[in-house]
Amino acid sequence: MKNVSCCGPQTKDTSDNLPCCTKQEAPEIGFIPSIVSRVSAEWTWMDYLGQIRCRVSSFRNSYTVKPGLYAAGNPDKNSDVFVSANYKMSFDILRRALKDINAWILVLDTKGINVWCAAGKGTFGTDELIKRIDASQLEKTVSHKRIIAPQLGAPGIAAHIVQQKTGFRISYGPIDARDIRRYVEAGYKATEDMRRVKFTVWDRLVLTPMELLPALKGYVLYALLIFFIISLKPSGIIFKDGLANGLPFFFLGFLAVLSGALVTPLLLPFVPFRSFAVKGWIIGLFFTFLGIKNITIATPTTAFYVFSWLFFPLASSYIALQFTGSTVFTGMSGVKKELRFAMPVYISTAIISFGLLVLFKLNQWGLL
Amino acid sequence: MGASVKYLANVTSLKFFSDTCTGCGRCVEVCPHAVFIIVSGKKAALSDKDRCMECGACARNCAFGAIAVNAGVGCASAIINGMVTGGEPSCGCSDAQNACC
Ligand code: SF4
Ligand code: SF4
Repeated sequence: MKNVSCCGPQTKDTSDNLPCCTKQEAPEIGFIPSIVSRVSAEWTWMDYLGQIRCRVSSFRNSYTVKPGLYAAGNPDKNSDVFVSANYKMSFDILRRALKDINAWILVLDTKGINVWCAAGKGTFGTDELIKRIDASQLEKTVSHKRIIAPQLGAPGIAAHIVQQKTGFRISYGPIDARDIRRYVEAGYKATEDMRRVKFTVWDRLVLTPMELLPALKGYVLYALLIFFIISLKPSGIIFKDGLANGLPFFFLGFLAVLSGALVTPLLLPFVPFRSFAVKGWIIGLFFTFLGIKNITIATPTTAFYVFSWLFFPLASSYIALQFTGSTVFTGMSGVKKELRFAMPVYISTAIISFGLLVLFKLNQWGLL
Repeated sequence: MGASVKYLANVTSLKFFSDTCTGCGRCVEVCPHAVFIIVSGKKAALSDKDRCMECGACARNCAFGAIAVNAGVGCASAIINGMVTGGEPSCGCSDAQNACC
């Protein structure tokens, strides 16, 4: 079976044209139609594996497809031209959606970034599209003047300018590649539903690893700091005590991470208030309550409780706010507004919390 | 479910100047949140401004300059980065560190 997968067993027919696993510069000269690469719509197990790996951030950038013109099926002069990014996952999703459709795929050089993100940055953009149309000699490959670009690429592409410069008229395809067939069959018309971006529980779930990973990194730092502070004794550092006395802190901290990075994103529409910071705080408060109820605290001092009620819900709030980066409906002005209000709260809370920890220690040592 | 989640009200920088609008419908085609509608086949109108996420697709694709929006990434870590470095908020898609979108 033909495939465009990389980093693994490859069939030799297409692999030469599709080197990847390295950052690929755009070729200087364009592909001429006779050497257009042919791709299959079938996904191999390597592709599925690739998709899983693409979700993990460290792989997301080196997973590229060489820019240029590709043939899906057996396209001819009248076949449609679809535009994609050279992020392999974007390309693969399109190629799968074009199963049994003969079409051309024009892959732009987006530095291995997906369509939506690249459009925001401008690499999936007007200039690159014009350049790629010229370089691939598209006007010689097809006899018509139609191009179908992904709707989520529209922030980067000025359709009227592309038309002025190249003569090709852009239609924006549906948001979800799986609607492409219906879109084509309806005479290149997307229903209103196809034009609207959805944000389902499933969408949010697949995004949470991106939230959990950095949050857990922060958690490790936090746990080490707590461990060190708790272990500190007038008589030296006693790590055995650090582990036992630190447990409530580790536990509540972990709950705050779960609350902010997992539970808040999943329950997003059901948590009251529109602000992410407030949503995260509410869920964090709830988790802190649950946590405190379910642990036995060796030294239940006031400082400990004040610290817990102050710090953990706000940690959850901060983490939840990071999820704005993964959503499809939070605009820059809104997030800025939240941050203007929330940042001073976070910073002062961090300082106060540290002070409380010191109090907690002094209490423990019997110095207060 | 989920499509109805709304973000903060009255914050978007989206501006629509109906004077220059020709009703070509491009904005309706590109907006992922159905912010625009075409009224009686003549001109565009805003149906629900608060749904706007400031992606900038409409303004870039309006050939008649009838739309303006301060487009940018609605991503907290990007904006914090911008605040700290004093630059424009930029999404960290290009460095492996920060996968914000
Ligand atoms: S794209 Fe511009 S001219 Fe066309 S309908 Fe929208 S606002 Fe009006
Ligand atoms: S900026 Fe984006 S979300 Fe806002 S109205 Fe324009 S296309 Fe729609």
